[in-house]
Amino acid sequence: MEPLVKIENLTCGYDKVPVLENVSLEVNECDFLGVIGPNGGGKTTLLKAILGLVKPMKGKIKFGYDLQGRKKPIGYLPQVRHIDKKFPITVFDVVLSGSIMTGNNRPKAEERKKAEALLAEMGILDIRHKAIGELSGGQMQRVFLCRALLSDPKLLILDEPDTFVDNRFEGELYEKLRALNKEIAIILVSHDVGTISSYVKTIACVNNSLHYHPSNIITQEQLEGYNCPIQVITHGEIPHTVLKYHQH
Amino acid sequence: MNAIIELFNYDFFQKAFLATVFASISCGIIGSYIVARRIVFISGGITHASFGGIGLAFLLGFNPLLGAVLFAVLAAMGIQVFTKIAEIREDSSIAIWWSLGMALGIIFVFMTPGYTPNLMSYLFGNILTVTSSELWWMFMLNVVIVSFFTLFLRQILYIAFDEEYARTAGLPVNLFNYLIMTLIALTVVLNIRVVGIILILSLLTIPQASANLFTKDFKRLIVLSSVFAFLGTMIGLFISYFLDIPSGAAIIFTLVVMFGVLRGVKALL
Repeated sequence: MEPLVKIENLTCGYDKVPVLENVSLEVNECDFLGVIGPNGGGKTTLLKAILGLVKPMKGKIKFGYDLQGRKKPIGYLPQVRHIDKKFPITVFDVVLSGSIMTGNNRPKAEERKKAEALLAEMGILDIRHKAIGELSGGQMQRVFLCRALLSDPKLLILDEPDTFVDNRFEGELYEKLRALNKEIAIILVSHDVGTISSYVKTIACVNNSLHYHPSNIITQEQLEGYNCPIQVITHGEIPHTVLKYHQH
Repeated sequence: MNAIIELFNYDFFQKAFLATVFASISCGIIGSYIVARRIVFISGGITHASFGGIGLAFLLGFNPLLGAVLFAVLAAMGIQVFTKIAEIREDSSIAIWWSLGMALGIIFVFMTPGYTPNLMSYLFGNILTVTSSELWWMFMLNVVIVSFFTLFLRQILYIAFDEEYARTAGLPVNLFNYLIMTLIALTVVLNIRVVGIILILSLLTIPQASANLFTKDFKRLIVLSSVFAFLGTMIGLFISYFLDIPSGAAIIFTLVVMFGVLRGVKALL
């Protein structure tokens, strides 16, 4: 089975300053990859490189058959803090913007139906005519998740979907993702390592370079070996996280 | 009331009425986009820079609107170049082109031999002196803008709301941005005769602010802005005619008062 995304020796960044250097990674069908690492370490840049928003300086990104030329789309949930909350747009229009458009201007009936079904599934159908700025953080994340799912993606990329979200929704969100993961590969960036560890299947530590951990348990030894300045995660009777001292 | 109906018998007033309709539609649509994307200041820069072109046209004796288009497009590109290539902060680049255009305009007009009687009508607008050929240009601009926004409303809206997401969905974001920037420049220039360079920002923002009180839906915002722009301009036009005050200023004043009243109405609802 060829991988959905295969990144080979990728170096990329902004204004000729590399943020990621010599990164290699494979994402396969039904993977659930958690991406963790310090702020400014290049987590978002990695996502943007996969999405084609940041061009590689060196190395390349190969896509599996389904994703070549975007036969199947990549669903993307960006960081909500970049969204203009005063923009005059309704929730329903935001969700509909998730469709891939080929010149058709009016949303097709099936698109509208699909959008309504997704909103209903997330329990926010009743607010579909509200302006995006009137929503709470959790509602907004749900809307953007609906948008990302509208065009049946093969791969779902989420950038910190747990910001501005209450604990209850966070739990719901991860359960939802676990259900979606049966058919869709997911890449999830989070600053909350403790929460994602029990849901993701594999973990990538990104801090300028990338270290792949083929399980969702990261031990002290692994961290020492890879020199990853992040938290240690283990599963135990009581879920707990141990913070390691940062070296920089 | 009879006095108002009688006005429509005059040729100059029929033209002013048509100019009002065209200005309301083009400014209602383009203004909604400008306000939603928060590019009011860029639009102001382009507008004021176009004065340089008007001055140059006076000096060399060609159509002032052509000069204005030339400078408007030049300023739109110049702002991009200054910001992206020369790495000057965007708001500073805008201010540089804004003032440079005005300065060049003043120099060119000063160098023009003889008296330049029309100058004030470009700065502050005079809707009562709009010519037939100007009306034709405005009409064609309206056809282009209305068709473009009808055919591509979804793409325009999605790109404006979340450019990055639109890119991931494969929309031609840069192409749309350039096309709309061109339409903004043309809208500004062709509506200069209605309210003038100095006041045109008002037609692009005040009706939108009024409309935004009642709707957060982009499509409705466009329609409602056009309606408010039309009402404000018509009422302003009558006030200007009957009180014998400059039309451009009367229109802006009416638009602002209208916003105040609507804001009050909304508070009561």
